[in-house]
Amino acid sequence: MTTLRFREPSIIPGFRLTFGFTIFYLMIIVLIPIAGLFLKTFELDWQTFTEIVTGPRFLAALRLSFGASLLAAAFNAVIGVLVAWVLVRYGFPGKRALDAMVDLPFALPTAVAGIALASIYSPNGWIGSLVAPNGWRIAYTPLGIWIALVFIGLPFVVRSVQPVLQDFSKEIEEASATLGASREQTIRRVILPALLPAILTGFSLAFARAVGEYGSVIFIAGNLPRQTEILPLLIVFRLEEFNYAAAAAIAAVMLLASFAILLAINLIQVWSQRRFGNG
Amino acid sequence: MADAVFHATRNDRALAFRSPVTEPRNFRLVAIGLTLVLLAVFLLLPLAAVFVEAFRFGIAKYLEVFSNPDALAAIKLTLLIALIAVPCNLVFGIAAAWAIAKYRFPGRAFLISLIDLPFSVSPVVAGLVYILLLGSNSAVGGWLLEDFGIRVIFAVPGVVLATIFVTFPFIARELIPLMQDQGNGDEEAAISLGASGWQAFWYVTLPNVKWALLYGVLLCNARAMGEFGAVAVLSGKLRGETVTMPLQVELFYNEYMSVAAFSLASVLAGLALVTLVAKSWLEWRFADQLATGSRTH
Repeated sequence: MTTLRFREPSIIPGFRLTFGFTIFYLMIIVLIPIAGLFLKTFELDWQTFTEIVTGPRFLAALRLSFGASLLAAAFNAVIGVLVAWVLVRYGFPGKRALDAMVDLPFALPTAVAGIALASIYSPNGWIGSLVAPNGWRIAYTPLGIWIALVFIGLPFVVRSVQPVLQDFSKEIEEASATLGASREQTIRRVILPALLPAILTGFSLAFARAVGEYGSVIFIAGNLPRQTEILPLLIVFRLEEFNYAAAAAIAAVMLLASFAILLAINLIQVWSQRRFGNG
Repeated sequence: MADAVFHATRNDRALAFRSPVTEPRNFRLVAIGLTLVLLAVFLLLPLAAVFVEAFRFGIAKYLEVFSNPDALAAIKLTLLIALIAVPCNLVFGIAAAWAIAKYRFPGRAFLISLIDLPFSVSPVVAGLVYILLLGSNSAVGGWLLEDFGIRVIFAVPGVVLATIFVTFPFIARELIPLMQDQGNGDEEAAISLGASGWQAFWYVTLPNVKWALLYGVLLCNARAMGEFGAVAVLSGKLRGETVTMPLQVELFYNEYMSVAAFSLASVLAGLALVTLVAKSWLEWRFADQLATGSRTH
């Protein structure tokens, strides 16, 4: 070893070109703009920053965004496992089409989903009119926000759990049954623990997506300050007031939260690899 | 007697054939039923609502939106943006996959995380970062505007940039795991036989990854045409100039032009359905030539 090399030698040409372009493109499209956001936040003095992030309107939006996202992701974790289970383990007519439909929230533009949900759950919509006689409202309340977040987060848990469940070997279940476990015990103590990392990953992805979601929420949310105003919408309002520093401060808080979630997902994957030998 | 024996064996067989690795029939039926209800309420209902609302007052009313000049301009702009953003990310995706999958160097996993970063950034924040960087009162934005007369923010270039940002990882993340799985053997053989790097890429790598590439382009395009939050922040919503289809849907909706909003939305919903069908077909037909375990976007 005479020279230290950055990469291991290879006869395939093109490393400099492709690596250089990758880093360049990544820098100008993603990294420099995001760094600029944090720089803008640092322009604020400490007192102004704390005023922004302890203001009642900000705190209410923060609580709503994170609370509704958490509840939606938790609901998605439960129904996601059910849907994945049914799609992997049981056969029924139309299964293939249903499996494809699960990705609809990824494919359907969020604004389209937003106006569709608003029309369904508004007091004269299909579901809104069913509950309206009882004096209940879904659209323009936090419940409406939760429904929109469930919609956009639905595929994450299903798509994380499905491949793990598919690869799960039947022999382990048979061994468990042979050793006298009931089916319920096998599911609860053999299968679910193996699915746990995938469930947590899907949950975190759905949660991260929900916190940042804008298009599908704003039509159904009502957008009343301190009641049904989510964090991304508060950023938009600050931008419309040309209060860029405040918008940047709120965005920086949201970015830090998503970095934390990303870190959590990576830790889950490391833990899962150690414990189960799969991702 | 013979009858009794027959019954006994039939019962025994029924017992013997009850698989120990599946659930009782009733449980299965309830689980399937519940899944159908949940997916119908949360997925099919919104999709159906788009088309029902669009055709509420008949087909003539539905078609009216396609002679609305604002809607037509929005459709054109959306196509233009996809036509710019998707090829940009296509070139990037191929370059990134080549650099990461064909060579071993420290920090590859970190680089992949950075490439995935735009997926975890709120669309609104994605729009905001460009306003801060390129707005007319920022250093770079002021320079572009004064020395070159280029307006980025509240203009088409800003909308294109925002779209590139939110669709950034799609193609790279389809190609990277697949090319890592395929290894370097084919390319090394081609190069030992005298092929140039370009030839190895064009005649060996590209045919190996073409379906995954198409898959990534499909997803990238669907998101590029449907993006709302990031584009909403950057467009300034100048009618006929910087308004994309999803933004025009919002404008119609907020002006209580419900049929026009849902008619235009139905085009986007149609695009989503076509994307889903094509995606499922690729997954079914070319499962072995797509990256596995990367279905979560």
